[in-house]
This record gives sequence, C-alpha cells and structure tokens, in this order.
Amino acid sequence: MVVRRLYVGSGRNKTGGEQDAFDELDPKAKKYLRGDAANLGVIRDKKLKGQLLDKEKLYGQTAKAAAKAEKWLMPTEVGYLEAEGLEKTWRFKQETILQEVDIISSRKPFDMILPDLGPYKLEYSLGGRYMLVGGRKGHLALIDVLTMRLIKEFQVRETVRDVVFLHSEQFFAVAQKKYLYIYDRHGTEIHCLKEHGVPLKLQFLDKHFLLASVNKFSQLHYQDVSTGEIVGNYRTGLGRTDVMQMNPYNSVIGLGHSGGKVTMWKPTSSNPLVTMLCHHGPVTCVSFHNSGYLMATAGMDRKIKLWDLRKFEALRTYSCSAQSLDFSQNGLLAMSNGSRINIWRDSVGNHDYERYMAHSMVKGYQVGKVCFRPYEDVLGIGHSMGISSILVPGSGEPNFDTWVANPYETKKQRREKEVHSLLDKLQPETIMLDPLKVGTLMPPTKKDKPNKGDLEAEMEAAIETAKSTVFKKKTKGRNKPSKRARKKEEAVLKTKRPFIEQQAEDRPLKKPKVEEAELPKSLQRFVRKKKTL
Amino acid sequence: MKIKVISRSTDEFTRQRSQDPQKVFRNYDPKLRTQERAVEYTRALKAAKLEKIFARPFVGAMDGHIDSVSCMAKNPRHLKGIFSGSMDGDIRLWDLSTRRTLCQFSGHQGAVKGLTVSTNGKTLISCGTDCTVRLWKAPDYKNMEPRNLSGDDPKTIAVYVWKHAFWGVDHQWDGHLFATVGAQVDVWDCDRSEPVNSFKWGNDTVISGKFNPAEADLLATSSSDRSIILYDLRMSSPARKLIMKTRTNSISWNPMEPMNFTAANEDTKCYSYDARKMNEARCVHADHVSAVMDIDYSPTGREFVTGSYDRTVRIFNYNGGHSREIYHTKRMQRVFCVKYSCDGTYVISGSDDTNLRLWKAKASEQLGVLLPRERRNQEYLDAVKERYKHLPEVKRIVRHRHLPKPVYKAANLRRTMIEAERRKEERRRAHSAPGSLPAQPLRKRRIIKEEE
Repeated sequence: MVVRRLYVGSGRNKTGGEQDAFDELDPKAKKYLRGDAANLGVIRDKKLKGQLLDKEKLYGQTAKAAAKAEKWLMPTEVGYLEAEGLEKTWRFKQETILQEVDIISSRKPFDMILPDLGPYKLEYSLGGRYMLVGGRKGHLALIDVLTMRLIKEFQVRETVRDVVFLHSEQFFAVAQKKYLYIYDRHGTEIHCLKEHGVPLKLQFLDKHFLLASVNKFSQLHYQDVSTGEIVGNYRTGLGRTDVMQMNPYNSVIGLGHSGGKVTMWKPTSSNPLVTMLCHHGPVTCVSFHNSGYLMATAGMDRKIKLWDLRKFEALRTYSCSAQSLDFSQNGLLAMSNGSRINIWRDSVGNHDYERYMAHSMVKGYQVGKVCFRPYEDVLGIGHSMGISSILVPGSGEPNFDTWVANPYETKKQRREKEVHSLLDKLQPETIMLDPLKVGTLMPPTKKDKPNKGDLEAEMEAAIETAKSTVFKKKTKGRNKPSKRARKKEEAVLKTKRPFIEQQAEDRPLKKPKVEEAELPKSLQRFVRKKKTL
Repeated sequence: MKIKVISRSTDEFTRQRSQDPQKVFRNYDPKLRTQERAVEYTRALKAAKLEKIFARPFVGAMDGHIDSVSCMAKNPRHLKGIFSGSMDGDIRLWDLSTRRTLCQFSGHQGAVKGLTVSTNGKTLISCGTDCTVRLWKAPDYKNMEPRNLSGDDPKTIAVYVWKHAFWGVDHQWDGHLFATVGAQVDVWDCDRSEPVNSFKWGNDTVISGKFNPAEADLLATSSSDRSIILYDLRMSSPARKLIMKTRTNSISWNPMEPMNFTAANEDTKCYSYDARKMNEARCVHADHVSAVMDIDYSPTGREFVTGSYDRTVRIFNYNGGHSREIYHTKRMQRVFCVKYSCDGTYVISGSDDTNLRLWKAKASEQLGVLLPRERRNQEYLDAVKERYKHLPEVKRIVRHRHLPKPVYKAANLRRTMIEAERRKEERRRAHSAPGSLPAQPLRKRRIIKEEE
C-alpha cells in the first residue's frame, strides 16, 4: 500500500514558514485524498506510469485546495459543550444550556404537547429544514422548522405507522393502516401503493429514488418512485419486524429481526447480503454511522452493541436498553429508553462511546423515536405525548454544501436540483456493500483447488495432532504398549486417508505420450487421435 | 461551562436583493457525498449517450464544380476561405461560413491537379495536366461580396509552360520557392519562368510532394514506383528513398512534431514515419477498406484526417492505430482530397460527386461561443467519460459507429483475409526450420528497402 502524497514535486523550494503552514493542513487534507495511491513502483510501462503520476499529482493538488477552502472559506464552526472543573457535561440541563446560547439557537428547542393522537414519529428532510410528523392515530403535519411555520396539517383517520420524505419536501410517503400512501405538501393524496401490503416501516433511498418498505408479512419491497416500477419484492422469512434503517454510505438496507438477527439487503438480490446474529432476543433498533462501517444495534436483551461492518465484529457491548437509536452527522449516538434520552460521544476516536449528554422527558412520556436534525445541533424527539426537540451541541455538520443539501433553498433552486438529481439517478445495481467497487477491475480469480504444498502441510498438521492424542488407560491386557502403538498407527492412517484420496483424484490419469513427443511437428498431425470418452 | 451551537442567521445565507445571484456555499467533505463513484459512473454513461445523440458532424455541402474535385488548398493567412480545383480545369474560392463560391479562376485547359498558396497569402499557384503552372493573385478578403466579384475574373500573374504534365504542387512554409511534381520534381521561384532546380530518381511519375513545416528546404515526395523520397533543396541530389510494397498517394507532415510525417498508402493504411529513422514506421493507422487518397494534419498535430476511395472520411489520432471517427453520407462518392481547417475545428472533403463537404472535426461539439459554465460542464463530462471509458457499457456506446453496408462488409472480409493470412503464416512457420521465417512486425512488414 502506498500513501498518497499531497505535494508531489513541490516540496523543494519553500521557505520554512510556508512549509509549516502546509504541514498544519496535512491531517485535514488527508480526508480529501480519498484513499491510497496506486503503487507505481511495480508498473513497467513508462507511458502509463507517467500518466498515473500526473493523476496522482492532480489528486494531491485537489486535496490541498479543498483543505485550504475548508480552512479559510467555511462560514460556520462546529459546536461544542465543555465542562469546567468538577462539572460533567451530562449533568447540564437544557434550561442551563438555553441560558448560555444565542437567541437564534434558543428558539430551536420546543415541546409540543399533543396528547390525543400520539405516539408520534418524526422525520427531517435532507437539508434539515422541514420536519414531518406522524401521529399513530392519523395525525400528519409538515412543519418548516427554520421559521417554525406549520405548512400543512391534516388527519387521515386511520393508523399511521411511519412517515418518510421523498426526494424533496414536496412529497412524503405514509405507511397507513392498510396501504402505503404518497401525499404532496398540500396534503393531497397522490398515490396509493397497494403492492406494498401493510407497511410497517419505510425508508427512502434518495440517490436511487427507491422507496423501501417492510410489511406485516416481513416482505421487503423496493419501488422506484420516479417510474413507479417495483424493483424488488423479497420475503425476508425471519418474521414480522419494523426495524429498518438505510446505511447512508452504501444505501444498503439493514433489517433487525425478532430472532436477534440483523440482515442487510440490496434491491437486486433475493437473499440478504449479510446475516449477522447480533442479540440474544429481538433487535429493537439499528442505526448506521455516516462513515459506513459502524453500526449500532440495540436488543431486548438489554444490550447496545457497536459493530464494525468491515470485519462484522462487535467492537463494543454496553449493558443498557434502548427503544431507538440515531447517529448524528458528526457521530454522536442518541438513544432513548422510556422517557430518558442519552447522548453518547466517541471523544477519543477508538469507538469507545461515553456519556455526553442526558435529557429526561416528563415521567410517563414514552419516547418512540429520536432523530438528529441535519446541519443543526438539534435532536428531534417523537414521544407518546407529542414532539419535542433539544439542543445537542456538536452533533450536526456545521457547513452545508449548496449543491448537496441546502436548508435555504429557493423554489428555483429546488426545481433545478430535482432535475439534476433525476439525471444522476443511480440504478439499483449500484447498491453494493462496498460502493468503491464501481468502476474497478475484477480481481484475479483464486484457485479453487488448494495446491500440492498446501495439502501436504495440512496433512502433516493433521498427523501431528493425531499422534499427540493421549489415549485413555485401559484395563489390564488391553493397555499393552504394542496395542497402544497399533492404535496410534491406525489413528494416523485414518487421518491420512482423505488427503491421499484427494491427491489421487487430482492426479491426471494420462500416461506420458512418448512417441508423440519424439515426432517432428510437421508429422504430428498424422498421429492417430485417441478416442475421447 | 463552555458552549457553542451552530447558529445561522438567515440573512447571511440568503441574498439581499432579488437581482443578486444566489449565495453558494461549498463543503468538499467526501462524507457529504456518499457513493460518488456510482454517481460519476452514471454521469459518464449519460455523457456518452448525449455525445452519441448530438453527433451531427455534417455541416453542409458546397456544390458548383461540374467535375470531380481533385485538389484543395487553404490560405494560411485567411481562415474562412478554401480553394478547390476540379478535373475540368475550374478553380474556385469558397467561403466556408456561407458555403458559397466567392470567385472563380478560369484558364486551365485540362484538369487542375495541384493547388497551393504562398506563405504571405497573396499568390495562388495552380498546376495541371495541361503542362502549365499558373500564378494567380489571391483576392483580398476584406471587402469581398460574392456578387460584385463574379463580374471581373481575377487575373493571372504569370503562366509558365513546361515540358510535362503536373501532378501536384506545394509551396515552402517559409520562403519563396515552390515545388511541382510530375515526371520529375521541379523547384520554382515565383518570379522566374523556368524551374531553378530539378530532381529525378527513377523513371516513374512523382505523385505528390510536401514541404516540411520547420525545415524549409526539406521536401518529401511519393512516386508511382511505390517509393517515398526525401529531398534537400540545398543539395544537388535527393537525400533518401524508402520503397514500400504499395504506392503512397499522399504525404502530410506533422506541424507540431515536424520530423514526423504520415503517408497515405494504397494498401488502405496510413504509415507514420520519423524522417530521421525510416527503417520502420512509428505507427500504422488501419481502418479504411480501400486506398487512402489524401491526408491532412490538424494544426494541433494531434490528429489527422484521411479521405479514401471507399467513400469515407476518417479522423485518426496521431499515435492511434485505429480511427476515432468515420464520416460518410449516402451521396458522397470517392474522396480525392481532404483538408483540416486552419483552426482545427472543421474538416473539408472533396469528392468524385463534384461537391465539397464541410464536417465538424468533433462530431458532437456545440458550435458557437460557449458560456464559461457550459464549457466547464463539458470539460467535466469529458473527464468522467475518460475516467470510466474502460467500463463495458460506456465503451460500447462510445465506440459504436454506423457504417455503410459496403464498408461494413468489406471490413469483415478484410478481417477474415488478414486472419487467414496470419494463420497461414503461422503454419508455414511451424513447418519450416526454426528461425528461417522470422516474424516481422507490422511496422516493418510493408517496407521493402531504404536507399541513401
């Protein structure tokens, strides 16, 4: 592996001060390099090597420019909460925090008590400007949280299980009592999607324009909302579940099941990509970190686990229970348990999450869903008596990109973005566990059969283990040294046999063709061919 | 307690007046753009498809000649005009922007075989099968209207009658000499009625000749005895001769790498040579299915255009073994002459059907002035297309060209023949004594010998 260099061929004629400034940028520039460089040492083709060298230089320059832009041009800085002396950050109450922050931020937290139609689910749009609220008993509301204006509120008079925004805040999908419905921002019913059955949980894959739902019969449906085509319809076969979350890194859907398993799905295969046994007991919620390789799961076995999705290993296990989990853009983990909300933080960087903040709702309120607001330091809470939001400093990404998600989008910008996102719509085939595989070469296929050396080594090892087995002492007469020796010999033979048989199978049965090899090439074609079976 | 939360005032992030441009904030963090490989690939695919949709290379035909077009010349001092000579002795000056004749030069009795313009752009030199070289005053383009010029014909400056019919003419890039080819190579001064110098090597007719763009006295000619000869005008005899298995119809020097030239050969291929080292070709450009009649380099030196007897025009990269583009129409007949325009954006072909045709050099390029935003977008799309060009779907779309049926069939037939020949060669080698039939590289295969 070769570490990609930032300043190829530019390090020579620089003054000391300049060099220091560059070194300071280095760690920041690293993330813009997007991985390691190609190993140019092994390439013999001079032309190709030159071309790749130019490319690498370009990568370095780009990363440097991006790091500089980050250093000087970003308008907003990341939030923080620090304790002084004996204080602890998790002891700070929201009231204390509110007294310290500026007026604009102090308007963000709120409590909306809606006792009749709860419990509530909520969902933020991609830019974090709009909030969609769905009450279990049929209450739907679309709120502009930037101006705190209610855009539309209506009742569907039947059970609402989940709500989700589609590609913009103009449309949203609602999982209702029997069917899945799509409404626009005026509350007009646009579609009733009956193919999905009785949906329990929804997810929208924004880059692919796919609406994913899991229904009462544990079927996973993918529907393309731009064409209306059902892309995939798969039985999970693992029982009813309403635990579903999309991995933002690769758009793979993770499902948590009542048997403790977590499965991961893509729309083009009927079998799960991955099945992991995560908990002894039902999985209550799943959440994915932005970086794509970290997954948090919580189960009814009162465990919260952090998983490394590169190795599929549990990194950490914490003993506490959670009904809902959510990772923020900057990697804070919010969890709810009853009426209590905890926020954890990975302060060191070794995935060891520690308590960061805590918040208690009024006793008796059951928190159903926690959800970080993108690009803001705000956590939205949907509970049995309405919706609330609290300030969580340091949770959101401070700087938005106008072309990715813009909270201050105008109508014209939104329309333009819609067209562009439709042009760049990804095909369902591009969903895979490792999204960096797109456009790379297929690795050389491994040999299916182990070679001779491997087999022999394996056989030796097996013989050693057979020899070193200790036999029980038998009664008089059966414990003679000769008998014991014979027994050992038999055991060794027994272990040897499968290896020898396999070698015999691999060996070609051909006899060496003596006479053919001796003939000159011009006469070889007159040799009679053997009958092939 | 130290605390800070993200707080943005709306005023800072929105524009103040409705006339202002929208404020744009960038964050290049890769975390915000997940699956960027897939997005880029999708864009590359889209760009490849769009390129195919917008590939409309044919700009227009220029008709007016009453016999097939035999030769063309560009004026180095003027972008819009092109001279063309036809087999009936007619010479015309065309305006490329309006695609109309600006004026006619009449005087030749037989076919016009060669046209060239002097370096200062003031003299047009033509020669033909009537054994004359004619020098014309190239018209002044400043105040030129097609109508008021049609009345008075441009005047000949001089008519020089010589002993044999001419096959071509070329003017020095920097100097006052020009060379005609025919039964021999004659070097002329504009002010003298007889050649200042003559060269002859062998008895066959010389078909074409081209001066080197950098070395003013270096001339490359090809003759019908299948040879390519290099002359140095300062010496009394030719410098070097290369004999190939088939005849070379035309030669063009690379203007940016002036030691290299490319020869359009009768055997359907073009051969790029280094004039300093002619024992093997630098590159063999194959794709035509019939004899290549004419060749001309782009002023950038990165690509060249060829016209062929198979009724197609192709554009090659200077170092590419296969063409990057093929142009054809239902009505275009055998192509006898091609030229790249002086700014490298157009290609002009003259063919047997008496027409000149104007093509875009890049088939899907948008004509006219591009806004900076459009240009940037185009550059981005080109870059992603380049990056993902090896993926099967992109490759298939970018490579596909519709061919006329005869060309398609002939290409298939040629492929079969080449394959059969290769197999035969292989067998012959297998049945001979080892080493008696050495494998010859393609670059040397068509060369018979090199003489000094």
